[in-house]
Amino acid sequence: MSSEHPLRLHVPEPTGRPGHPSDFSYLRLAPAGEARRPDTSVTAYEIRDLAYSLIRVLDDDGQAVGPWTPDLSVDVLKAGMRAMMKTRIFDTRMLVAQRQKKVSFYLQCLGEEAVGVAQAMALRPDDMFFCSYRQQSVLMAREAPLVELLCQLLSNENDKLKGRQIPVLYSMRDYGFFTLSGNLATQFIQAVGWAMASAIKGDTRIASGWLGDGATAESDFHSALVFAHVYRAPVILNVVNNQWAISTFQAIAGGEDTTFAARGLGSGIASLRVDGNDFLAAYAASCWAAERARSNLGPTLIEWVTYRGGAHSTSDDPSRYRPENDWANFPLGDPIPRLRRHLELLGVWSEEENLATIKELEAEVLAAQKEAESHGSLAKGPGPSAEAMFEDVYKEMPPHLRGQLEQFRQLGRRP
Amino acid sequence: MNSPKETGGDAVPMSMVQALRSAMDVMLERDGNVVVFGEDVGYFGGVFRCTEGLQKKYGATRVFDTPISESGIVGAAVGMAAYGLRPVAEIQFADYYYPAMDQIVSEAARLRYRSAGEFTAPMTIRMPCGGGIFGGQTHSQSPEALFTHVSGLRTVMPSNPYDAKGLLIASIENDDPVIFLEPKRLYNGPFDGYHDKPLVPWADHPLGKVPKGYYTVPLDSASVYRPGSALTVLTYGTMVFVAQAACALSQVDAEIIDLRSLWPMDLDTVVASVKKTGRCVIVHEATRTSGFGAELTALVQEHCFYHLEAPIERVTGWDTPYPHAQEWAYFPGPERLAQAFKRTAEAV
Repeated sequence: MSSEHPLRLHVPEPTGRPGHPSDFSYLRLAPAGEARRPDTSVTAYEIRDLAYSLIRVLDDDGQAVGPWTPDLSVDVLKAGMRAMMKTRIFDTRMLVAQRQKKVSFYLQCLGEEAVGVAQAMALRPDDMFFCSYRQQSVLMAREAPLVELLCQLLSNENDKLKGRQIPVLYSMRDYGFFTLSGNLATQFIQAVGWAMASAIKGDTRIASGWLGDGATAESDFHSALVFAHVYRAPVILNVVNNQWAISTFQAIAGGEDTTFAARGLGSGIASLRVDGNDFLAAYAASCWAAERARSNLGPTLIEWVTYRGGAHSTSDDPSRYRPENDWANFPLGDPIPRLRRHLELLGVWSEEENLATIKELEAEVLAAQKEAESHGSLAKGPGPSAEAMFEDVYKEMPPHLRGQLEQFRQLGRRP
Repeated sequence: MNSPKETGGDAVPMSMVQALRSAMDVMLERDGNVVVFGEDVGYFGGVFRCTEGLQKKYGATRVFDTPISESGIVGAAVGMAAYGLRPVAEIQFADYYYPAMDQIVSEAARLRYRSAGEFTAPMTIRMPCGGGIFGGQTHSQSPEALFTHVSGLRTVMPSNPYDAKGLLIASIENDDPVIFLEPKRLYNGPFDGYHDKPLVPWADHPLGKVPKGYYTVPLDSASVYRPGSALTVLTYGTMVFVAQAACALSQVDAEIIDLRSLWPMDLDTVVASVKKTGRCVIVHEATRTSGFGAELTALVQEHCFYHLEAPIERVTGWDTPYPHAQEWAYFPGPERLAQAFKRTAEAV
């Protein structure tokens, strides 16, 4: 049989590895302003093109173009700019703190600041975010107190999570920020459940779930899509496609020859693919999705196309698996200079204001860090009470834990 | 404890299925935050009929069907509980819960701890467990030890309609996540292991008289099902009645402790009984190695060692998957228990 060939297993490879030039030819791009903006009442089927296209507002010159251009006041634009800058300045400072061994571990948001900030600003304060570990931008936009974040990072005596979570796995209920899990994608279906509860109660709050391209391979992603569609849950399902899951290129998560937005279509969910480094597009798409959720039109899946500018975490070295300067070659650029360029075109941002803002934010972060460090750190103490480890396992401590606590106490200083 | 007004009012005969349904009915009525859902739970009323009629009574937004996705059911329940609801989720068979393990262990059980109380998961996950219905390896398992091993979970297993209703109400009201295991062979009668005999309905059993209204059976409290002096049997679920049959068969006057709540557990009742009898047999249907009996054995020797007059014995399912055709060779029946009772009672 001459037509028979041995079967071959296809293992996707990234377009670039160390020693090779960047190659983003695989990315489906579209010019700013090209994608249509449908009415929020559309079905998934009617907008399937938008799952493969790319919604962009800011063009290469920083002009806002096309039907997705949001009607935003200068104040809101500048607040978004400031929250993105604050996120980056905070992250930079924490990288240093990690190198100084003040913080045991850190994860930066570098390059992905726009999506979290924009959606936090597009939603209401009592809407709940179910984030992954790279959306501290949400907390910056919601003006969560830096000292509280820092005490968690330092695992010190004022860490309100009592030292139980590694750095960055915040819980900020007062800021609509659900407790972060170290297990991937679990929060996605929880966001759907939370949104279902809001609908069951006839409330008006909506949920916002987040995960990365890599975590879409988890079954909880699939469960979330099914439940969200079945019950028309008022939830926004955000997939941050930053191209890399530690060393694994997005094709290994199933992104080759398709898009992550397209995952939503198969579930019947209206799905958008959006330039994640475009603050205006991110804001507009978030508003569109939120309006659908609030109008009982159901969930929206949004794939945010962006790039992980830094290492996965402080335990990671991307120079071992990515081309050099890959981020600098990313066709959608860096969200902060892109919004800055737009603000400059509007004549509402200047070099002076930029420098003054940086200076002011650096001072704010530094002051918060000093205050937080005055409450100790993991390395030098004082830390959270060791006995706190026995609390909150149950609402009331059951006898077996009371016994173990007593045993622990009797060990004195030699646990 | 129940206040005098909360003893549930008039008692009527109920099967365990009816008692469980009554518990959910009472709680759906009392608390607008209670929601009940799972596979086939809504319109149809559950494959074991535990939720029959509840959707009709409370509407489809409070009692509803879910997709066939256990991780989805539990994950959504975690989100709902975090919102402030009290979800009562049904996993159709305990054997099906494995896809939900991450949501149970890493999420439901840990929410309070990791958020230092900011977010909690007051939810009940019901699941039929155990064999005796020729269900083979995927409809017969008793996975309780996989839950008792997890810090932050409560694991409960009733053995009769009265306890089933009172414990389920207590579980729904509890602010911790509760795994509620229902021995399916007991749904319609107190099965004693003699599978060839006709079914004895709950109506003929004193614990099949169940108050119609609200009452609770407290969690973490065991019951002395049968007082005795020769030895202590620590057991729960279906094996309570098998142990009773084994007492008759062996003529050993055993004290049968029905643990009811496996973890956290009523250690005081266990210790008091073993200290009294000086002998202990532990019985469960689940497989032996690292089963909950291993924990019970360790606890008994820690707390009762100097009172023991004989080695602690365990009678359990074999360490094999639950077979189909060999169901009754697998199931720890009265004869197997009776032999262990005699050995332990006679050991010198």
